Order: sequence, then C-alpha cells, then structure tokens
Amino acid sequence: MTAATSTPGARFDVRLRYKRPGAASDSFELSVDFQLDPGITILFGPSGAGKSTLLDCIAGLLKPPVARIALDNDLLQDSEAPIFLPPQRRRLAYLFQAPALFPHLTVQENVAFGLHHLQEESRDNAVQNLLEAFRVDRLAHRKSSQISGGEAQRVALARALAPSPRAVLLDEPLKGLDAELRSSIVDDLRAWNRARQVPILYVTHQRDEVDALGERVLALDRGLIIAQGAPHTVLDAPRKKRLAYAAGFENHLSALVQDVRESDGVMRARLAGTETDIEVPLGYATVGTRIHVAIRAGDILLATRRPEGLSARNVLSGVIDSLEINGPTVICRVNAGAMFLVHVTRGAQRALELAPGHSVWLVIKTHSCHLVDE
Amino acid sequence: MEALWLSIRLAGCVAVSLLLAGMPLAYWLSQTKWRGKFLVESVVALPLVLPPTVLGFYLLVAMGANGPLGKLWTRWFGHTLAFTFTGLVLASILYSLPFAVQPLVLAFESVDQRLLDAAAILGASRWRAFRQILLPLSVPGIITAVVLSFAHTLGEFGVVLMVGGNIPGITRTVSIDIYDHVQSLDYAAANRMAIALLLISFAVLSTIFAVNRRVWSPWPTK
Repeated sequence: MTAATSTPGARFDVRLRYKRPGAASDSFELSVDFQLDPGITILFGPSGAGKSTLLDCIAGLLKPPVARIALDNDLLQDSEAPIFLPPQRRRLAYLFQAPALFPHLTVQENVAFGLHHLQEESRDNAVQNLLEAFRVDRLAHRKSSQISGGEAQRVALARALAPSPRAVLLDEPLKGLDAELRSSIVDDLRAWNRARQVPILYVTHQRDEVDALGERVLALDRGLIIAQGAPHTVLDAPRKKRLAYAAGFENHLSALVQDVRESDGVMRARLAGTETDIEVPLGYATVGTRIHVAIRAGDILLATRRPEGLSARNVLSGVIDSLEINGPTVICRVNAGAMFLVHVTRGAQRALELAPGHSVWLVIKTHSCHLVDE
Repeated sequence: MEALWLSIRLAGCVAVSLLLAGMPLAYWLSQTKWRGKFLVESVVALPLVLPPTVLGFYLLVAMGANGPLGKLWTRWFGHTLAFTFTGLVLASILYSLPFAVQPLVLAFESVDQRLLDAAAILGASRWRAFRQILLPLSVPGIITAVVLSFAHTLGEFGVVLMVGGNIPGITRTVSIDIYDHVQSLDYAAANRMAIALLLISFAVLSTIFAVNRRVWSPWPTK
C-alpha cells in the first residue's frame, strides 16, 4: 500500500467510553465523542486527564466496552455490531512518549519492520526515503540503542509512518526535546502529511507546543472533552475551572464583585472569606455577583518589602506557609487571606531568603487575573 | 563413568524438553491477565518446596502398572513407565519445571510492553512479535533457563531413586552412583564421581553468571 492509494482527507470519528478495570471507584470514566479532520489536531489536557488511555483505545491496545471508531466509512470498532479490529489491522501510526525502538535492531531494520509485506527492493527504497525525510539516513546502520533521544524519536516517527498509516496518533512524542528540535521534527511531519492529508492527533500538556502547532485543539479533562476550537479561544479564555488548571492556572479564587468601573475596564472583587480586594478585568458581572478568578503561579511576583511605584494594581500582604522544591522551580504557598501558589526560581528563593513564616507581598497585574466560569 | 554419561544424557533431554514446553507456558504466564494465574504459578513452583520424595512417590504411583499414566503408557508401548529412562525424563521435567519457567517468565516480563505494542501497531502478528522481538531480547533468560534446568536435573537424587530405581545404564545416575559407593564404603570411587559433578556444576553456574547478572542470580547486581 503506498501513499497514493490512501484516501486523502479521510475523517476520523471517535466515540467511546472506557473505565480502567480495577481502577479506584472515585476515578473518572473516559467518555468522548469527536471528529478529526485531516491535519494536526492537538489533544490538550493536564496529566492524568486520560489522554494516553484515549490513544490506546483508538489504537486498539485497549478495548473500550462502548465505542464506535471509524475512518470515513471504515469501522475500526463498533461495539454494537460488534466489530473490533486488533491493532495489527487498523493501519494507524502511534508514537508513544518513549521512542520504543527495537533495541536489538538497527535503525534501518526498525523502520523496515512495518514493511514486512513488501518485496525487498521496494522495502529498501521506502525505508531510504523515510530515513531521508526525517534526516536520519546517516544513522541507518547504527544499533537503535546507540543513538540520541532526538534521533531516536525521529527514527520512531519514520518507523510509525512507514506502513502509510490512515491516521497518526502522537503521545507527547517530543517531550524532553528542546524547542528548536521539536519544531524541526514537526515541520518534517507536516511535510510528510502534505501529500497524504491524514488526520493527526497530537497529545501534549505543554502550552507552548499548542501555540506552536495549533490548528485545532481538543481540551480533555477528567475523561471529558471540555472545549474545542482554535488554540487561543480554547486556552486563553478558560471557561471551565478544570480547564484553567489545564492551561496552567494554579490559583483559583472565588470572589464577590464590589465595584464595576466600566470606563477603566476593571472590577474590584473581594476574595471569599477575606477582607482582601483585588482588581480584575471587566467581565459580565454586576455588583454582588460571585466570580471565579484564575491566576498562574508564575504570574505572581513576591517581594519581601512593600513595593511602591508599581503599575501592578494588586499588592497583597501574606505569610509563607510552605515551600516545595520542584526541579528548577520553588513552589511557595502564601497565605494572604486566601492561599496562593507562587512559583519562584531557586535563585530568587535564596536571594530573598524565603522560608516558612516570613512575611511577603504578592504583586499581581490586573490582567493576570482571568475570569473563569464555574 | 557410565552413570555420569547417563546423567548428562538425562539432563540434556530434560533441558531441551523444558525449553520447548516452558517457553509457551512462560509466555502465557507473562501475558495473561487472568485472575487465577497465581494457581498455575503455584503449581509450577511446587517442586521448589516439596521434598523430592513426595513428588517421586506420586509420580511412581501414577507411572506404575496400576497408575493412570502407567496404564495409558502400557496400552501404547507395551511396558510400564516406571524404572525406564523415559519415565525418568518425564519425572525430571516436572521436578525441574520451575528452574526453566521462572527465568523465562522473568525474561519475558522484563521486555518493555511498549515494544510489543509497537510491533502490533506496525502490523506484526503475535507470533512474529514473539519471534522477532520478545525472543531475541530474552536470550540471557533463555540461556539461564536451559543451564539451570540442566544443572538441577544433573544433581537430582530423590525423584530418581523413587521413579527410576537403580538400574545401571538405564536409571542409575551420578548422584545414585555416589550414594551406592558410599554405602559400600568405596570412598575413592564416590570421590571421583563427586568431584566430576562438583566441577560440572561450577562450570555451569559460572557460565550463567558470566552471561548475565540480571536474571536469576542470588547475588546482587551491583
């Protein structure tokens, strides 16, 4: 089967419900219904949202009890018929988080693995073309356990695409690679898909990847598709609290609108259970309305003295409750009436001598406060 | 030396049969999600904890002229199974089963499941994935399984005594031969056999530990 014979523009219909057997009773059920058009669609959501499980179901590695998965009119699974094609017969590409190259085979043998059915000569040609398309032809005879992470992921991509798949599933395939390498791999993937026009489902939980790739985004959270559309409409105006988590908002505050200043485009709102007011952007709210505010932990500044002469409108006093070191970031929990999560670098933590019990000031720009529907 | 040669033949037959029988069993054990799997695992591991005489006793009863296996065998081949070389091979297969199956299961399980998933998505049948991915990546475990079942069979005593008796050239293995020599106070002869067995066992074990330190080694890997 060559690329020319695959139907360009196939539409991928996915509808399924799945709950991991033996999972805790409070765990959620994956329940989705969406269509993929040709080209890249991003599946975006926080860790544990069910993204990898969803891909495993689509690929046929898991068998959801209720499902209808079809490429145009070609059924991959229909639980009512019942039809269930095993992964071997679905003709999909699926790239895992780890490259999962066969370590005892060379790069060339890895890419040729899915072309078992071809004559040797056409197989060699196809492999050579793919190795060139993904810029790894000079590695052809290396053992796949002896190449770098970025190279391994390129080879894995070439291997996955070798059998001319009808759709492509990518599960955070470029995690851990630097931005430049990532975008060059994605460009090669787009180039590969230009003639073929198959649907590509690209999973990530990284905001910057969504911005870089985005044509269309599906936002998944706790097993449900909670928003879909263009990246900025889905992610910049989070309408659901859980999606705000997904888009990197660590702080969620409930507040009561005190004052609406339409000419300034702002509102003043009192944080629930406190005497503290914050200034937030104007929203569809009147005095007395309860609103929900989402703030990224990285958008809050910490100061050890009360800052003056700032353009930021919100300066709150608080006390450090605890510190947690997470890689290069220090996560501070600050009690300022309400509990705030603030990210600082380890250098900043040392320079300011931040420690639990210390008094600090929180500085928050008005437009760092995002209004969220509950 | 007749006894030593017999022991080596026996151990060789058992090691090969166990590799062939143990591979599908180990593959099934490593892949199945069946809840009752632990029951099969327990049965496979039984010879590790049972006194060889217990296993030997039941095998003798089963293989005897009135035992179910013995009756079937007599009907097909015209003689009983007990006190024959074939009977000894069958008994030793059961006795050494865990020594083949456990390293194989361990080896199969330590192969990343995602590699098998990748093979399936690339269109490979289970059989092709087994041959081309699982098997080559399990070679150290396979060597361990063969060597251990060979070595364990070589040294067995209780089961052989129960099922095989003591027929020179047919069922009289090295360990029984040594026991006989000691009974007749011929320590020099016993010593010759014992040293041969000791050296073979040492060679065998140093082979496994040289080939890999990961699978089935009582010694820590670092």
